[in-house]
Amino acid sequence: MTDTGSPETASDTSSDAQEGTWANTLAAVEQRAQTDIGRRAMRARAAVATSLAGGRTVISRLSSMPPLTLRQTGPQTVYLVSTAAGPLGGDRLDLDLDIAPGTSLEVGSVAGTLVLPGSGESVMAISARVGAGAALRFAPQPTVLAAGCAHRLVVRLTLAAGARAFWREEIVFGRYGEAPGRCHARFDATYDGRPLLRQEYTVGGPAIDASPAVYGDARCIGTTLITPPPATPPVVTPSEAASEAVVAEGVAVLPLAGPGVLVSALATDAVALRRRLEWGEGIALGSLAGAARPT
Amino acid sequence: MGANHDDHHHAPAHHGRALRLGVGGPVGSGKTALVAALCRTLGGSLRLGVVTNDIYTTEDADFLRRAGVLDQERILAVETGCCPHTAIRDDIAANLDAVETLEDRFGPLDLVIVESGGDNLTATFSRGLADRQIFVLDVSGGDKVPRKGGPGVTSADLLVINKIDLAPLVDADLDVMARDAAAVRGDRPVLFTSIRQDPSASAVAAWVSEQALSWPHEPVSAA
Amino acid sequence: MAVNPALLLLTDSRLPAGGHAHSGGTEQAIATGTVHDLASLAAFLRGRLHTSGHVAAALAAAACALGEESSRTGACAQPWPEALGASRAEALGTSPTRSEALGALWILLDAEADARTASPAQRAASRTQGRLLLRVARRLWPSPTLDDLTAGPDLRCPGALDDLALAVPNPHHPIALGAAAHAAGASPEDAALAAAYHAITGPATAAVRLLGLDPVAVHGLLADLTPDLATTASDATPYSRPWAELPARSAPALDLLAERHAGAKVRLFVS
Repeated sequence: MTDTGSPETASDTSSDAQEGTWANTLAAVEQRAQTDIGRRAMRARAAVATSLAGGRTVISRLSSMPPLTLRQTGPQTVYLVSTAAGPLGGDRLDLDLDIAPGTSLEVGSVAGTLVLPGSGESVMAISARVGAGAALRFAPQPTVLAAGCAHRLVVRLTLAAGARAFWREEIVFGRYGEAPGRCHARFDATYDGRPLLRQEYTVGGPAIDASPAVYGDARCIGTTLITPPPATPPVVTPSEAASEAVVAEGVAVLPLAGPGVLVSALATDAVALRRRLEWGEGIALGSLAGAARPT
Repeated sequence: MGANHDDHHHAPAHHGRALRLGVGGPVGSGKTALVAALCRTLGGSLRLGVVTNDIYTTEDADFLRRAGVLDQERILAVETGCCPHTAIRDDIAANLDAVETLEDRFGPLDLVIVESGGDNLTATFSRGLADRQIFVLDVSGGDKVPRKGGPGVTSADLLVINKIDLAPLVDADLDVMARDAAAVRGDRPVLFTSIRQDPSASAVAAWVSEQALSWPHEPVSAA
Repeated sequence: MAVNPALLLLTDSRLPAGGHAHSGGTEQAIATGTVHDLASLAAFLRGRLHTSGHVAAALAAAACALGEESSRTGACAQPWPEALGASRAEALGTSPTRSEALGALWILLDAEADARTASPAQRAASRTQGRLLLRVARRLWPSPTLDDLTAGPDLRCPGALDDLALAVPNPHHPIALGAAAHAAGASPEDAALAAAYHAITGPATAAVRLLGLDPVAVHGLLADLTPDLATTASDATPYSRPWAELPARSAPALDLLAERHAGAKVRLFVS
């Protein structure tokens, strides 16, 4: 393990600007929430699929259903644009991503997701399949757990051998000064049919959340899974030798047993969380770039 | 017990593996200096490995590595979770694992020395870990220590009384120590030494060498 | 249900399997100040039990169940590949030996533990403890010899520990614990309970040593957690294959503590 500086000292200049943007975003989301609250539960399914045409990625399928609306903003880029508040309790939203072999897709979101209470549990289920030689970057804005919400987030990431992924998740425990509702997030990633990363986060049980073993005094958690270029052979033999991890205040860059690195961060606010994650992502991508690249 | 196992900790005198020598004794009595001296003196004739049990940090292992008495990879440090005596007596698993790791990596070896963390007079090595053990005292602890006995003093295969050059300064009577030790130890040997004055610890090294050479294992290499 | 006496042996801190030198992040939590008194230790232990302890319990139960399954099936070679999934069954060929097929299952279960342990330092600590436990357990509960097996149907595995050791010499600790529990005649729920208990007792003892806390007060914290131990064990037990669905509760603070500890210049405990 090495200690490579601190994310706190890096790129601090933009934090005020970031904070402003973040506050505006949240205000907009909340405003929409006020107008939409009390609507009926929704079930929606959205999907994106890519295919290879003449050696280039084309987005061959883009289907949306309110409140899950997708907009193509570039040849390989899609943004999630929420067209209603929520999810609210009772909503069930499904997002399917199918990245064909050899293609690339980037998914972002215009605003954070504010999870609100309603009748029953809200569910956001994301399923992504990334083919051989394909690349997926998934980096939406954070999910904010408003007071009283009951949310389930289910992510299934299926990577073919030689697939590359950058997958960021950020969860914020309530709006400013607000105690969060409940959330159960489950993330499962497999690589070439083998388990790569399985994680569950539960939020909303104060005795567990505040444990110095779990989140401590953090109010935001974030992870980024980065899988290496195809030239890096997957490690499948159980080995005791721990690969080099890097750790700094509130963030660790953790080489997984399989082919990938997890950046894991904790912070007291969303801006610090993003800063820590980005620092760790830089370390992870730097170390991955050092590995042999495909020619 | 399982006859179908090849686990080699069943027999106290297993043929084919190195002699395991425990070196124990109170803090500051000179265990690490003795281990360094043994490596220096025996390193040319015996194939060696060393396991240290620092109480805190890897200071002893680092000292030995810096002393350059042995190839660095042949020195492994084991953490003992505040309980050095547990690691050599009640739960020897981590030490056995380290010993076997050395034998796997560098074997066949003639001698593996396990140095315990500095502890009290009751700390002795389990026979499951050490085939022979040396207990190291020094004169500055007072000439009454051998008389007080304790399992380390009474049952160690060799009792080493170190720092005899300091005896006049601390008013320690070496004759008293020899007599008291003999009274509780019977025929088991006691050696007086000053590793500062004799950096090769020649008498102790001779005893260790004899133990290692008479241990039934693969022949010593013609080094 | 009567307590299985072997369970007492497996969970005894005096079991000579190297556990006394692991603090499970406690030493580093004390070094960074987040654990400093009884109340913060209580919160630490509770969080540890409900995250990594819960996962360990489920993995141990699954390992114990695999041991049971392997002994029930006896010498039968065929039922295994289907459980592995098509790709691995294919890799094994059309008629793997029982040992090959079982080995593939132990490797898969061990890989499920890997996928739930993002921190390399925690993986290393788990595998070290698993290896030491496996060695001890193989001596305490050796595989029945041929004579024992002819005595009649025996639910004890004819060599779950040997199967595991052959396939994964350095298994994750919960996997070794589950296999050992089975070899000792214990049930998956027993194995889960042992794993949950192990997740908090070592850290509690470490805190007594490092903070000089009143050992009776610390044992009081453990006593307070006994209902949680019971629910953890029963919640962690009903899972069967596919193992993908086993719990995976993460504790990001433990990951950070483990990596900081691995890089610390001064430390008393291995983990």
